Amino acid sequence: MLKVDSLTRPPLGPVSFKLPAGAIGIVTGPSGSGKSLLARAIVDLDPNTGEVSWRGRARLKTPAPQWRRWIAYVPAETGWWADRIADHFPPDIDAARLNELLHAVNLPRDALSWPVSRASTGERQRLAFLRALIRDPEMMILDEPTSALDAETRKRVEDVILAERRAGRTFLIITHDPAQAARLGDIFWRMENGRLSPAPDASSLVEIPREGA
Amino acid sequence: MKAQASYIALSYWDVAASALFLALAAVLTLVLRLGLFRSLLLVALRMVAQLLAIGFVLKMIFQASSGLVTLAAALVMSGFAAREVINRQQRTLAGLWRYGVGPLAMLFTGAIALVYAMTLLLQPEPWYAPRYALPLFGMILGNSMNGVSLGLNAITRTIVRDRLAIEARLLLGMTRWRAFRPFAADALRTGMTPIMNAMAASGVISLPGMMTGQILAGVPPVEAVKYQLLIMFLIAGVVGLGTMVAVFATIARLTDHRHRLRPDRLREPD
Repeated sequence: MLKVDSLTRPPLGPVSFKLPAGAIGIVTGPSGSGKSLLARAIVDLDPNTGEVSWRGRARLKTPAPQWRRWIAYVPAETGWWADRIADHFPPDIDAARLNELLHAVNLPRDALSWPVSRASTGERQRLAFLRALIRDPEMMILDEPTSALDAETRKRVEDVILAERRAGRTFLIITHDPAQAARLGDIFWRMENGRLSPAPDASSLVEIPREGA
Repeated sequence: MKAQASYIALSYWDVAASALFLALAAVLTLVLRLGLFRSLLLVALRMVAQLLAIGFVLKMIFQASSGLVTLAAALVMSGFAAREVINRQQRTLAGLWRYGVGPLAMLFTGAIALVYAMTLLLQPEPWYAPRYALPLFGMILGNSMNGVSLGLNAITRTIVRDRLAIEARLLLGMTRWRAFRPFAADALRTGMTPIMNAMAASGVISLPGMMTGQILAGVPPVEAVKYQLLIMFLIAGVVGLGTMVAVFATIARLTDHRHRLRPDRLREPD
């Protein structure tokens, strides 16, 4: 179980919630309400206060790199540090499994040999997901994982997420798409002005457009 | 022609006459209305004043040959070099750290190398003899200043420009040192490129100024080369070590024990 207690990183929080291991939690809410700040705070990427534990192991007693290997956060927009896609994957990779995953998310097998500049936004989004997934984290926080994808490819990525959950992986997914929330989610929250409140089900997550938005 | 083993002393007339071609160039800029005459005249006069002043200052310091006076001169040089390192930064560390990291990295490594060379290699009498210590320190500082400020600029720029990539590496579970590795390597390369180019070019493309000066002063070429090698080794070592200390100290300051980036500890450019 992921246990978050009074997590605060202004303007976020305090936020408290529990996500059982093996479940898919969904967080929705208007842009700028603090969803990404919540994700960053959970993986300790910004200075924050509050207690977080994963499967009974306290975050503060865990070295941060180890913590982030347990809980992988894939931001909506991420960076690439080398010229080739392959250089972003570990060298001792399980090639068969990676090929399987590439196929599953509708990417060609030779995508790894591409220069980063050749990959489109949607391709990079899936490659960033795979680059984290292949390192086998126990839990993943995905920020808008399919925002740049067409309906068919989005379904493929969702199928991978569901298969991974069946295999025991835990997910916290930030999404603007109520239909996606309904397809994937077990537990639902809504973020508003830095506060997180539980939502009974996916249908209560329908976006209320903000004024001027 | 008589002075074979020593240098040919110049009269002030010789020096003035050497300005003939510069004067010619200056007059031509006037004729061609290039608008350069005034500034050319000013920089030339400025150079004359600066060099004459430093000549007399050095004369006094050499005559005094006192440890305290030498130290004071070295401190003044350090102050100018430190100011230069700070002023050349586009972004600096916030607070007092901006005065600390770059200048201290440069001065600490430079001072150690200087004392090492004076006490164990050159061994003049006394060991701090200003005639050796100050020119040597000047050459070390001048180069180290370049390396350190280039390296610092590169690493602070990367923290802003490559933030997403660095955070992506941290998010994949790398330590801050591992996450920074390719970016630190780039910054070190940037800082050390000028001195590496100078080493590669020396003797083939350019004759180093110090060696040329010694040869003109009557020192046999091979002896001048030995001096030049000693000084190049010292300079390159200090540039390398100073740049590394500065870059890694900056990374340490701009990250924290929870292996996260702390750009809030950076002062934005004015």
